[in-house]
Amino acid sequence: MSSINLDSKTPQGELAEKWTQYKGSMNLVAPNNKRRIDVIVVGTGLAGASAAATLGELGYNVKVFTFHDSPRRAHSIAAQGGINAAKNYQNDGDSVWRLFYDTIKGGDYRSREANVHRLAEASRDIIDQCVAQGVPFAREYGGLLANRSFGGVQVSRTFYARGQTGQQLLIGAYQALARQANTGKCTIYNRHEMLDVVKIDGKARGIIARNLLTGEIERHSAHCVVLATGGYGNVFYLSTNAMGSNVSAGWRAVRKGALMANPCFTQIHPTCIPVSGDYQSKLTLMSESLRNDGRVWVPKSKEDAEAIRKGTKKGNDIAEEDRDYYLERRYPAFGNLVPRDVASRAAKVACDEGNGVAPTGLAVFLDFASAIERYGKAEAFSQGNANPSAGQIRTLGEKVVEQKYGNLFEMYEKITGENPYKNPMKIYPAVHYTMGGLWVDYNLETNVPGLFALGEANFSDHGANRLGASALMQGLADGYFVIPYTIGQFLSKEIRTPQIANDSPEFMKAEQEVKERLDKVMNIKGNQSVESFHRRLGKIMWEYCGMSRNAEGLKKGQKMIQELRKEFYSDVFVPGNKDEFNPELEKALRVADFLELGEVMMVDALDRNESCGGHFREEYVTEDGEAKRNDADYTYVSAWEWTDNDEIKLHKEELKFENVELKTRSYK
Amino acid sequence: MWIIKFLTSSIGRKLIMSLTGLFLILFLTVHLAGNLQLLKNDGGEAFNSYAYIMTHNPLIILISYGNYIFILLHAAVGILLYFQNKGAKGTKYAVSTNKSATWASKNMALLGTLVLAFLFIHMGDFWFKMKMGEGWINEVQSASLGHPVKDLYEKVSYSFSQLWVVIVYIVGLVILGFHLSHGFASAFQSLGINHKKYTPIIAGLGKAYSILVPLGFAIIPLYVYFIK
Amino acid sequence: MNDMKLQLKIWRQRSAEEKGHFETYSVQASEHMSFLEMLDVLNEQLIGKKEEPVVFEHDCREGICGACSMVINGQPHGPNGGTTTCQLHMRSFKSGDTITIEPFRAVGFPVIKDLAVDRSAFDRIIQSGGYISVNTGQAPDGNSIPIEKGEASKAFDAAACIGCGACVAACPNGSAMLFTSAKVSHLGLLPQGQVEHEARVQNMVAQMDKEGFGMCSNTGACEAECPKDISIENIARLNRNYMASMFSSDK
Repeated sequence: MSSINLDSKTPQGELAEKWTQYKGSMNLVAPNNKRRIDVIVVGTGLAGASAAATLGELGYNVKVFTFHDSPRRAHSIAAQGGINAAKNYQNDGDSVWRLFYDTIKGGDYRSREANVHRLAEASRDIIDQCVAQGVPFAREYGGLLANRSFGGVQVSRTFYARGQTGQQLLIGAYQALARQANTGKCTIYNRHEMLDVVKIDGKARGIIARNLLTGEIERHSAHCVVLATGGYGNVFYLSTNAMGSNVSAGWRAVRKGALMANPCFTQIHPTCIPVSGDYQSKLTLMSESLRNDGRVWVPKSKEDAEAIRKGTKKGNDIAEEDRDYYLERRYPAFGNLVPRDVASRAAKVACDEGNGVAPTGLAVFLDFASAIERYGKAEAFSQGNANPSAGQIRTLGEKVVEQKYGNLFEMYEKITGENPYKNPMKIYPAVHYTMGGLWVDYNLETNVPGLFALGEANFSDHGANRLGASALMQGLADGYFVIPYTIGQFLSKEIRTPQIANDSPEFMKAEQEVKERLDKVMNIKGNQSVESFHRRLGKIMWEYCGMSRNAEGLKKGQKMIQELRKEFYSDVFVPGNKDEFNPELEKALRVADFLELGEVMMVDALDRNESCGGHFREEYVTEDGEAKRNDADYTYVSAWEWTDNDEIKLHKEELKFENVELKTRSYK
Repeated sequence: MWIIKFLTSSIGRKLIMSLTGLFLILFLTVHLAGNLQLLKNDGGEAFNSYAYIMTHNPLIILISYGNYIFILLHAAVGILLYFQNKGAKGTKYAVSTNKSATWASKNMALLGTLVLAFLFIHMGDFWFKMKMGEGWINEVQSASLGHPVKDLYEKVSYSFSQLWVVIVYIVGLVILGFHLSHGFASAFQSLGINHKKYTPIIAGLGKAYSILVPLGFAIIPLYVYFIK
Repeated sequence: MNDMKLQLKIWRQRSAEEKGHFETYSVQASEHMSFLEMLDVLNEQLIGKKEEPVVFEHDCREGICGACSMVINGQPHGPNGGTTTCQLHMRSFKSGDTITIEPFRAVGFPVIKDLAVDRSAFDRIIQSGGYISVNTGQAPDGNSIPIEKGEASKAFDAAACIGCGACVAACPNGSAMLFTSAKVSHLGLLPQGQVEHEARVQNMVAQMDKEGFGMCSNTGACEAECPKDISIENIARLNRNYMASMFSSDK
């Protein structure tokens, strides 16, 4: 396994023509052959559901797996803001090129040009497809589609469905999948968790899955396997991911020879509700759109901050001149609307300096008072009141803010019990998305032939930092418009392959290994809960591989994870039995995989001696404390192998930029 | 056949409940209008003539048979729905609350059964005796019709002079009121009539109807017992 | 910090086949915890004693995935309106309270274990017709069909359903009319959904009946308990659309 050839298989030709030419020249599978080919899709989020539905429509026999009770519960459902598309409906100069360029630049030049351009091209078709499916996008009074703008770009290209865009897009894909289930082309295996990939003659030919209700271990075969299993943000324990989001499918693929690319590229979202106590199980995102009107600040003096932490002072008690609007101060050009990675780091700096405002010291204010005043005055003026009282201004201003952000304010109040109209919101960054994932080529195929990865599960399009409203775009582009074509490059060579038997020695061996792994975890019968290990892992990850990293910490973190892993395998306690519905056992297997992935993330972050996007190394900063990229040495994708004798080994794919010039991102 | 598929579907069955219920609501209105003639101080002339016409006009006889069928259908389908719905719910909650729905709306089957029981008492007391004729009810000369008619007025006056009959009627009518308080508006919802503009009106009418109509009926025994 | 003392009366049932019963536990909680985090505390406590934790369904914990399903003191998703269990916080309770927690009850939602129930009937209802038949790639330009803002908004209100099943759980008849009608309304209110509308209505109602859900008696409990405030206007719409399709279509 030492010589892995990371060929991106990027087609030749002009950037803008590559995908079109490639589609026109790739191998096809005839309808009569499609009927005889089985495809396994794991995961039913935007990427998985859209891929399964489309492959079913094309005529393949698709088996779809989800650990949820229903495909509709996948965490794509929680995406709030919107989905980008280069439609240029607003006539503001948007184009495929601009979307491509913004995404490459936003990703800090660590993604593949050809993939990103294809994504920008497909973005337009996604909107058409979703509208036809009945996705109720926001509309103007004339009945046409509305757009809004998002961080880091200068055009309005984000399509949205209130604050529930992910939900509506997922329901669209889920319904398309339901339709194929009704025709019998897709068979849905709900409450099934994939526990291994089965390889025959080097090709992925099926999976081992556990029926979560009965605990039965099942062997499922197919001509190829598509993983669309989302990101691994839960390695940090606290994140905006759902409780069940996990890396296991992808990690099992790594253990079968696939490579994990750029695992240390993690997106920390700046506007989340802060941690309130040790019992906290997850973090809730407040949409990026709030930074359009909210001003971020901390008290200038440590004494004031201390008083607020103790509860003797409130945010409103701090006089205007005693506040540090640090984003406006540090980044006058973009102010509160700097990209996510920049805003998150600045919040960390403010809190590290001792100016944080929550009892934990880990929060900054997001204040709407000036917006309320500004809107209130304008509203009073438009109502013919040129000389309104302060009270009138407040009332009118609060109304305008409620119209714009009412549902978010309500959510904030539900969770914190504080009224954000009267007191400034408290926010803090939280783990949100993972740009890294399984290494895939232009066909979205991993280095294991016949094993594909889509959506957040792969690494392909966002480089070192993802722009807002681009995750939904990528998931659906991969599922609806890329994999249905590129899967043919593999399957066209398989038309003579008969149905894959699920009782071959390879399948029996994989099944046996899974059973042994289950027994191993069940039989430890130690004293500590799975949850407690997960929390400890999360703390290590956040401390040493979180918003900022340094070589020393990463080495320490790696060691701590190795020790924690040892402790896990000697002292974890999993209640219940393996042959029944046992959520603790499910969690134990997922945490076991996180305990390996976490180490690879540390190693990756240590290898990358530069700061770029979500990866901030304290040793590599400019004089004024900004991220310092090293294009000469690190313009590559780090693809990590976990070898058979448990070594972590680096493979590199050099990134070639032929169409854009690598520049320093500046928001000053 | 489509019509059977339709009427046996969950929505079809509810349609039967809705249409029969609305017919019975209409009937109650007519019934009350006739009965209020008992309050006339004419020795029963108007009421007895009205009762005669109601039992001898062929069209009204036809409608009255329809009425009996609808009552039975409403009751039978209602009881069927009750058992099916109970079966579909399965285990009940250990903690029950009326925070999300009115008591009446959740107990329509109970209320309906009590109304039916009341109806049997009512029918036994008046309708049955009138149908049996001779020996049960006396005849009296109708001035307006010019021939003898059954003196139902006298029978009613006699019944309502007994306290226990008055109490049974008042209780029966209160139960009917509760049944209507949900049934009236519910019938429209089942028919698919729910609109921002009209539903509040229907709901208001339903409330008013469920109070005024039983009250109108209740005045009669109270009037007979206390005033006459 | 954890200054609330609570008594929990929780339904425990090992499997669909076995009989269940209530168990009483006491737990210390903080008013800042979400209801599910309070249950996490209980489960850690049980695991510490090598007992089996209470099984309950949950995932996103931000009120959108629809996984959480439990009846708290007789109300699905607890006492607060427009709120899922995961968004419910302990400040809605008082120290010393006894809280009774039961699974969703309906024959269409059989209990799997403890508080987890099987809601796959909802998937089958959607599979019977809750979609618009458009293959990937067939779609015309997104702006080729203008949709009036108000109508689009109404369709959205119905589409906001998270498929949690609180409507069925709240209904004294275990009826799935609110869920089914929300999907019929979402698609039926949009021009894209018109082509298959009649067949969709008939097929979805037929599947709903087949799944063993009860019949709607307009109590309105579903609407009152729906965490997404979906209106029973949708049920009226389904009623009239069903009748219309039965009388006017060829089928």
